[in-house]
Amino acid sequence: MRSFRAGYYIREGLSSIFTHGFMSFASVFIVVACLIIMGSFSLLAVNVNKIIGDFEDENVILAYIHESYSVEDARALAGAIDAVPNVRSARFVTREEAFNSFLSGVEDKSRFEDIDATVLRHRFTVYVDDIAFIERTQEDLLNIPGVARVTANLLIARALVTTRNIVSGVSTVIVAVLLIISLFIMMNTVKLATFERRDEIAIMKVVGATNSFIRWPFIFEGFILGLFGSLVAFITQWGLYTAVTDALLSGGATGGGLIQAISFSQVALSLCVVFAVIGIGVGIIGSSFAIRKYLKV
Amino acid sequence: MNVVTNMVHLRDVFKTYANNTKALKGISFTLEPGEFAFLVGPSGSGKSTIIKLLIGEVAPTDGDISVAGFDVANIKPRRLPQLRRRVGVIFQDFRLIEKKTVYENVAFAMRAVGASNQQIRQRVPYVLDLVGLDMKTKAFPSELSGGEQQRVAIARALVNNPQLIIADEPTGNLDPARSLEILTLLQKINELQTTVLVVTHEKSLVDRLSRRVIAIDGGRIISDGAGGYYNYEEF
Repeated sequence: MRSFRAGYYIREGLSSIFTHGFMSFASVFIVVACLIIMGSFSLLAVNVNKIIGDFEDENVILAYIHESYSVEDARALAGAIDAVPNVRSARFVTREEAFNSFLSGVEDKSRFEDIDATVLRHRFTVYVDDIAFIERTQEDLLNIPGVARVTANLLIARALVTTRNIVSGVSTVIVAVLLIISLFIMMNTVKLATFERRDEIAIMKVVGATNSFIRWPFIFEGFILGLFGSLVAFITQWGLYTAVTDALLSGGATGGGLIQAISFSQVALSLCVVFAVIGIGVGIIGSSFAIRKYLKV
Repeated sequence: MNVVTNMVHLRDVFKTYANNTKALKGISFTLEPGEFAFLVGPSGSGKSTIIKLLIGEVAPTDGDISVAGFDVANIKPRRLPQLRRRVGVIFQDFRLIEKKTVYENVAFAMRAVGASNQQIRQRVPYVLDLVGLDMKTKAFPSELSGGEQQRVAIARALVNNPQLIIADEPTGNLDPARSLEILTLLQKINELQTTVLVVTHEKSLVDRLSRRVIAIDGGRIISDGAGGYYNYEEF
């Protein structure tokens, strides 16, 4: 591509955005609207998954150590417990700590004056990577010599796993459907913008322009409109998300801080990349597809 | 450089469209370099099909076609731009880009074929002067009369120095005075050794110019008179 040609393509692409102002506005508006709808639902799904993940983190396994083990011997099992697959971390709790913790939750402590910590066992509080494999992890822990008993709330674990799977499946399907609908709408808007210029393309063909000469300004225009649309969508999404999460926090809809929304900065980079790829992709592919049939003359 | 013996050569050309319409039934004629000819015929006689064939917009069903040294009947799609750069086409409805000025409409045809800015700056004013529009370079098509718009279209067809100009009903939307101006301009271009083929219904103009007239009807040539008469009243 000779440099003056590249310059011409860029100039033509840019000037065409302004000379076909209404269609450019319509294309950008549709790109922004579709990306925001899709982005909002994705952020909702990410937050629901995060909330479920938080609940999963609360669901721990307790591995009780044999009564005959001293504190040192029991603590020495940490390495074996950490080595079990799916164990993210394990915290050792002595029987005294466990007893004090128990007492701290009891109102009438006088009822337990006659007993001491020896009735309890040393234990490990085990956090897992994936709650879906909690049963298997429970079995592995039980196989470690010195571990006398392992408890886990399997009912809650199964419920959480089922909920997570349903939310993930449903949100994936909805985001995919929204993506396809958005792509369809965006591509058609770009096509409509190109349809308005079919005569211009026909004239170019008649005077002997090559297909690439005709195509490049359209592709550049699609690129710019897609990039601009995704940028506007990203900034708008940022503002909307921050406003909604702030409103929920101030309105007490987060269960007194029990539920934490993901901050926008955590997803900003991913969202920016996804928006840019979709916006620019739709702009370029939409333009290329739209002019293809007019080039067959 | 191609040595072109015949600028246009059609031999036994047939064209049948997909809907089984037989548009051309064995057309043969030749245009020599520098020749000026009219192509006349009633609606549906096959005139538009001949133009489409000459610029490679459609392919013949059978027969040979050569234009400016190109074997148009067998031309590959990637070579079509080269053919079209040798052929300037002028349409009845002008086909100007409304959002470009007169200068830009003409310069655009040069850019399309890869001309540099310097070449454009040199050539466009010359061509606009040739068609008498040197004072209206910054006007938009909507600000021009029909005759002026057609002159812009002629300038655009001419700017890449084509060997052949095909004018498809160039005076169809113009009054008699403007029509004569346009035909006079086409004659002037022809005097510069550019071959010109004019498709028209304007009997008075054809008679007045006393040039070769190829008359077709029903997809066949019914007369090819190199005398400048137009003896088919029914057209």
